[in-house]
Amino acid sequence: MEFDSPKLVAEALKAADYLPDERIAQVVFLADRLDKPVLVEGPAGVGKTELAKAVATITGRSLIRLQCYEGLDEAKALYEWNYKRQLLRIQSDVDHDWDSISHDIFSEEFLLTRPLLEAIRSPEPVVLLIDEVDRVEVETEALLLEILSDFQVSVPELGTMYATSQPMVFLTSNNTRELSEALKRRCLFLHIDYPDAEREKEILSARVPGLSDHLANQVAKVARSIRGLDLKKAPSVSETIDWARTLLALSVEDVDEDVLGDTLHVLLKYQADIEKAAKEFTSTSQPD
Amino acid sequence: MINVITGFIDELREAGVPVSMVEAIDAMLAVESIDIGEKVALRETLRATLIKNLRHERAFDTAFDVYFSNVPAPVKPADPGSPDDVPSSMPGGEPLDGETEFDLDGLLEALLDALAGLDDESLRRGARQAVDQLAGMEPGRPVGGTYYLYRTLRRLDLAQLEAKLIEALMSDEDLSEFERRLLKEDVEARLELLRQEIQEEIRRRLVADRGREAVARTLRRPLVEDVDLMHATSSELADMEAAIGPLTRKLASRLARRRKKRSGRLDFRRTVRRSLATGGVPADPQFRHPRPHRPEVWLLCDISGSMATFSRFTLQFTHAMSTQFSKLRSFAFVDTVDEVTDFFGPGIDFGSAVSRITNEAEVVWLDGHSDYGNSLETFFSRYGGQLTSRTTVLISGDARNNYRPPREAVLEDIAKAARAVLWLNPEPISYWDTGDSAMSHYAKHCTSVHEVRTLRQLEEFIENLTLPSGRTFQNV
Repeated sequence: MEFDSPKLVAEALKAADYLPDERIAQVVFLADRLDKPVLVEGPAGVGKTELAKAVATITGRSLIRLQCYEGLDEAKALYEWNYKRQLLRIQSDVDHDWDSISHDIFSEEFLLTRPLLEAIRSPEPVVLLIDEVDRVEVETEALLLEILSDFQVSVPELGTMYATSQPMVFLTSNNTRELSEALKRRCLFLHIDYPDAEREKEILSARVPGLSDHLANQVAKVARSIRGLDLKKAPSVSETIDWARTLLALSVEDVDEDVLGDTLHVLLKYQADIEKAAKEFTSTSQPD
Repeated sequence: MINVITGFIDELREAGVPVSMVEAIDAMLAVESIDIGEKVALRETLRATLIKNLRHERAFDTAFDVYFSNVPAPVKPADPGSPDDVPSSMPGGEPLDGETEFDLDGLLEALLDALAGLDDESLRRGARQAVDQLAGMEPGRPVGGTYYLYRTLRRLDLAQLEAKLIEALMSDEDLSEFERRLLKEDVEARLELLRQEIQEEIRRRLVADRGREAVARTLRRPLVEDVDLMHATSSELADMEAAIGPLTRKLASRLARRRKKRSGRLDFRRTVRRSLATGGVPADPQFRHPRPHRPEVWLLCDISGSMATFSRFTLQFTHAMSTQFSKLRSFAFVDTVDEVTDFFGPGIDFGSAVSRITNEAEVVWLDGHSDYGNSLETFFSRYGGQLTSRTTVLISGDARNNYRPPREAVLEDIAKAARAVLWLNPEPISYWDTGDSAMSHYAKHCTSVHEVRTLRQLEEFIENLTLPSGRTFQNV
C-alpha cells in the first residue's frame, strides 16, 4: 500500500464509503506498515467485515474470504489433495512403476488450494479476511498461527510454501469466546464499538443517499438512545441504515413517537425488545 | 521516548494487564513508524499493539493519561518554578491574593458556549481554567484526584449547566417528550466530555506534581476480572455486567458441546455417495454428527445477607444466562427455596427482577438465616421430580449453614437425578469448613466444587468445564 499517514488512509476509506474513526485509520495504517494481521473485535453489525472489504477496495486488491464455522478443518481452510485426479492419474498409467507415479501424484498439479493457501500463493497481493474466527475450535485456531506470523504454509509432501506476496490479513471476532493468547499476540487488536452519534450520522449520510441532514441526525440520536436501554440485542449500524432507508421509503421527514413505534421492528429483532423500547418511548409522550 | 514507553509497559503489567515481550517489541517498532507528536496516533498505536482484550482498556486509558499527558501550560502566566499555581496554604478553590477576582459566571458562560457549539479547543481551555480555579489542588498529597474532580464539578454545578444547555439547544420551544428525551441524552453526552476533560486536566497536574510512577500507583485499580466478588462496589459490579455477556455465551457453548468426531452412527447415505470418488470402495466412512443437545440448566442462588454482593452478581449472571439458554430455570433460597425463573423473563430488566425477587419470592421460612439443608430438601421435594439426566444444577453459595444440620443426603439424591451438580463458592478455599461452613459435607456429592472469587476464576471454571458425558445421550 502507499499511504503515508493515517489521515490519508482515513480519506481513502471515506472515499470508499467507509467512515473510519481515528482508531480504525491508525490501525489500518499500522497493519500496512508493520505487515501484521489485524484482529477486529466488536458487537455484530458495526462494520467489521465491511472494513476488510473497504480496505480491499482502496488498495485495489482482491478479497479472499474464509468464513469460519465450527468444524472447519485443514482441508477446507488450507489445502486438500485432489484424490479423484490422483486416482485417475494412477489408473491411466499402468506402464510406469509405482515409485515414479507416487512421486508424481503429490505435485502441485494435484493440490486444491483453499482460501488460506490461495491468499499466500496469489501473485498479486490480496486482502485476506478470516471471518468470525471465534467460531472455530481452539485446535483449529492453531492452523492460522503459521500463516499469521510467517506468511507461510507447510505441506508435508511439498515442503514449505512461502508467500509470493504479502497479504493484508483481517480477522473478525464477535467475542463469543476468548481467542488463544498465541493468536492475539500475533495480531494488532482493534475493537470497534457502536459509533458515537456524530459518526453514525456521517455513516448514514454516506450510506443512504437522499437522507436529509435533519433525519440523519434524528436517526443517529434515536439509535444511541435505544442502545442505552437494556436489550437482548442492541440495534447494529446496519440496522440503523436499514431503518433510515425505511424512513426514506415512507417519505418520513420527522421522526416522532408514532413513526418510531411503527418502524421499530426494523431496528430491533426480538419481540421483547420491541415491546420494551415501545413502552420506553411512547409512555413518556402520553400526558398522563 | 523508549524509557517512557518501557515505563508505561511496566505500569500496565503492574496493573495486571499481560503484556508479552513480543508485544512490547511490536509496540516499539510500531511507534517508530508514526508521528509521536500526535497524541491520538500514539495512543491508538500503543493500544493496538499492547492491549488485546477489551476489559483492559480502562487500565490502558488511565495509564496512558498519566504517562503521555503533556505537563500543563497554565492559563495565566504563573511562577515558572512551580507547576501548580495554588499554594498549599490556600484553602481550596479560593483565588489568590492580588489576582483579579475569579469570574465563575464568565467561566460557566464560556463552558456553555463551548458545549453548545461542540468546540473542543475552548472546552479544553475552560476545563483547564476550571481546574485552576476550583479544584484547589494541593501539591504533594498522595491522592488520585477523585476529590479534586468532585470539588470542581460541585462548584461548576453540573445540574444547572445541564438545564442551561438544554435551554440553549432547544431551538423551538415546543418540543415533544420524545424530542426532549433525545435532547437530554445529547446534553448528557456533552457533559460527559467536559467531565473527562476535567479529569484529564487534574491527572496532568498530579503527574506534574508527583511524577508518573507515583500517580500511576495511586490510580491503579484491580482489573475487572480480579475484583473480589464478595466485596465489589456497585460501579465495579456494573463493569462486570459488561464482561458477563461473553462468559455466558461461552458457558452455553461449553454445556452444549458436541462429543468428539466419529462418535455418531454411520451415515450410510453419505458414505456411499463418497465412495463413488474411490471407485465404489467405501474408503472414507461418514458419520452422523450427534445433534448438540439443548442444555438444561438449573441455577440455585443463595441470596441471604452474607452473600449480598455475590448474590447480586450471580443474579446478574443468571439474568445474562437467561438470554442464552431457553431451558434455564433459576431458584433463590435463604432458608427455603422458591423458583424465580419468571422474574427473569425476556425483556425484563435486571433492576426490576431483583426487586421482585426480594419482594415476591418466598425464600424465607423461619428467620432469614441461611439454611442449606432445609432449602435443598424443599427444593428436591418440590422440583426433584422434574430433574432429568440432562439437567445441570449450578449451586452458588458459601455453604455457611449457621450451624444447622447440613442434611447432605438430599444433595446426593439431587446429584443422582441430574446430569451434574456444580457448586460455586465465593469464599477463598482456606475459609471452607471453618466456622459454620459445611462445604465438605456437600462437596462429596457434587460433581465438582469451585472457588469463584473473581471473574477470572469464573472464566477458568467455564474454560475447564467438562461434564460427565456418559449419561448425556442415554435416552436419546
